[in-house]
Amino acid sequence: MFGYYLDLALRSLKRNKMLTALMVLAIALGIGASMTTLTVLHVLSGDPLPGASATLFYPQLDPQDMDGYEPDREPPRQVTWIDGMNLLHARRADHQALMTGGAVPVQPAQSGLDPFYSDARYTSSDFFPMFQTPFLYGHGWSAADDEGKARVVVISRSLNDKLFGGKDSTGQTLRMKDTAFSIVGVLDEWRPNPHFYDVNMGNYASSEDVFLPLATARQLQLDRNGSMDCWGNGGGDESNLENAPCVWLQFWVQLDSPAKVADYKAFLANYSREQKALGRFQRPVNVRLSGLMEWLDINKVVPGDVRLQAWLALGFLLVCLVNTVGLMLAKFLRRAGELGVRRALGASRREVFAQLLVESGVVGLAGGVCGLLLAFGGLWLVRRQPSDYAALAHLDMTMLLATFLLAVGSTLLAGLLPAWRACQITPALQLKSQ
Amino acid sequence: MQIKPILSALRQHKAGTLLIAMQIALTLAIVCNALFIIQQRLAHLSEPTGIDEPDIFVVQNEWVGKLSTSQADARMQEDLRAIRQLASVQDVTPSNSYPLRGSGWDDGIRLKPDQLQDTSGSTVYFGDEHFIDTLGVKLVAGRNFRPEEVAPMDMRYSLSPPVVIVTRALADKLFPAGDALGKTIYLAGSPTAIVGIIDQLQAQSVERWAAAFAHRSVIVPRRLAVSLGAYYIVRARPGQLDAAMRETPRALFAINPRRVISDKDGLLSFAQVRDRAYERDRGMAILMGLICVVLLAITAAGIVGLTSFWVGQRRKQIGVRRALGATRRDILGYFLTENLLISCGGALLGVLLAVAVNLWLVVRFEMNRLSLAYVLAGVVLLLLLGQGAVLAPALRASRVPPVEATRSV
Repeated sequence: MFGYYLDLALRSLKRNKMLTALMVLAIALGIGASMTTLTVLHVLSGDPLPGASATLFYPQLDPQDMDGYEPDREPPRQVTWIDGMNLLHARRADHQALMTGGAVPVQPAQSGLDPFYSDARYTSSDFFPMFQTPFLYGHGWSAADDEGKARVVVISRSLNDKLFGGKDSTGQTLRMKDTAFSIVGVLDEWRPNPHFYDVNMGNYASSEDVFLPLATARQLQLDRNGSMDCWGNGGGDESNLENAPCVWLQFWVQLDSPAKVADYKAFLANYSREQKALGRFQRPVNVRLSGLMEWLDINKVVPGDVRLQAWLALGFLLVCLVNTVGLMLAKFLRRAGELGVRRALGASRREVFAQLLVESGVVGLAGGVCGLLLAFGGLWLVRRQPSDYAALAHLDMTMLLATFLLAVGSTLLAGLLPAWRACQITPALQLKSQ
Repeated sequence: MQIKPILSALRQHKAGTLLIAMQIALTLAIVCNALFIIQQRLAHLSEPTGIDEPDIFVVQNEWVGKLSTSQADARMQEDLRAIRQLASVQDVTPSNSYPLRGSGWDDGIRLKPDQLQDTSGSTVYFGDEHFIDTLGVKLVAGRNFRPEEVAPMDMRYSLSPPVVIVTRALADKLFPAGDALGKTIYLAGSPTAIVGIIDQLQAQSVERWAAAFAHRSVIVPRRLAVSLGAYYIVRARPGQLDAAMRETPRALFAINPRRVISDKDGLLSFAQVRDRAYERDRGMAILMGLICVVLLAITAAGIVGLTSFWVGQRRKQIGVRRALGATRRDILGYFLTENLLISCGGALLGVLLAVAVNLWLVVRFEMNRLSLAYVLAGVVLLLLLGQGAVLAPALRASRVPPVEATRSV
């Protein structure tokens, strides 16, 4: 039966090519626009570390003085050196890492290469196991290296390719800002999206090329990048940030069970009370502990414009669908005579209904295929944009499937009303008027 | 033209009528808001920075080795002298940032030392005595910095300049009475005196969070002397921008090769800076425009399709009307009026929908309120579009011969 309906549908669609083309085009444009924007939204609001993100948390404390105090305001989004170090050394979580961004001048030993600046991350040893970074060669550094301010460095695969032609460079020396560092590890491709662990560096920035111990970076006074907020007579000298009333570091913890999360929150509150008793903190205890995905929401990582575009495209799709409903209604009602004959020859209402739905399904499928091509084109255009997330805009399997379901589903939905109206035709009346 | 028969005919086509009206309403709602967003973005990206953009370019100079503050300052002075000697260069000033850069140093300004809340936010620019001339900003009151007031400074080494120059927007915000010149303000906690007021100088960020202090900038007489390097803002002689942009890096590398001027963004003309700062806004405006055009085209095509169908269906009725004495003009008028009625109904619904969508955008995306002019423009646009779309099928209807009345099929 389905084959027969399909044949009927194709014949009917062929009979009025302009109308068919118009319907397919409308669906294709609506689907193409929606899929392009939804794919961008999907990519941007994705999980940066699938599998690990549920156990990663970002603590917040309020170490500011009473200036401008308002109850229940969000605490600063970074920590001071003193608090960061205290929490790091307390070792109350399964893993914990303190970090900041920076930039280092790399001085290649190879004569053919000019010095260049690389983005760097100054952090502590747990960074690698906690974020499950993949290693191509070697490994991260140890807690002892952190304490000893060791001159060790982990570099990215792309930097390793540039400097060492992709060979295992562990054990070799890398000169940065007139200091020799020993390479202990080379990361494989690693680009968590969004750049969740430090959203000050651009929400979809690629990960850094150079990783080295925070204590070492401070000792060598390497240049820091990122946001810094100070209070009181803050604005400490860059060389003495350890004592400045400024927040400038990110602190992440891994907590493997809900009980540990509750314990850690209690620990943070307790720590704040202690610091208040010591006179370091002045404000009432105000601590937060957000999960990774929650943290991305708080920071409004997904650009508002991208959300707006997705809504706009959905509105556009809605208009396209209303348009298709209207055109299909016209088409089906025009064939009242033909449908009347079919009814008179014994087809039930149900069968006529099914036949018309097959026809709208064919339009939906054709619209979906064309829409998919348009979405590929649209994403290609997005990738040519200079924004930092542009390169990420690719259609994946989920979105591919969603495109077809959306296209066929919405066209079938659009076909319901016209098909139902066409089924209401009384065969006798139609035959008589002929 | 009688409206009553048209209405009773429409009652026979409820579904089709409702669909066209709905499509017009949705299109109107989207197009109004899209046009409004386009206008907002275009207004935003054509905001003047206040500087002499065509002749200005920026060099981001980064040192390679370790340098103390005094070493970094000495090297920078050497660079500035060399740039100034180039024939194609008019002037140069070192700074921590420049308008539209994207991010940089923002700080709060207070009028009293014990005040709890800032009176205003502001963008902090470092500049020497060449700053005003290089950028081509207009000094409207007071004086420029004196060379002896300009001192080298490490980043975030507590900022305590004796004097500052502020923009008129900041001066008016701090001292609405207009007597800002000579007054003491507290910048980052330390007192300083306003010695000059410039006409206009835009902030580093064009994002929404910085909109509150978009033109409230303060210039401090400091040279940023850190080993990470600084920005050299250069003003080329009129018409010699290309030559100056070629010669400047060459001259800098000739003095000292131990520096990095990035290929990607180490050397930018101000036109490029502007393009980068507003690329998102421009992209959004283009996208909105594209969607509007396609949406209107689809709606027009839908009207053509459905009206053509109606005309086909009513050929016999039209023939009867013609046989009974109706002129072609009457038939044409009939379809035009029919469309006008449907469009008006759709537009009415669309106006409500447009306002509702805008209210939702205001809440969800911090958008501004839609002005009624855009709604009116949208209504007129859609009514014209409807009439235009219906014209071809209506003309075809008017050509139906009276003899059609006698045919049986």
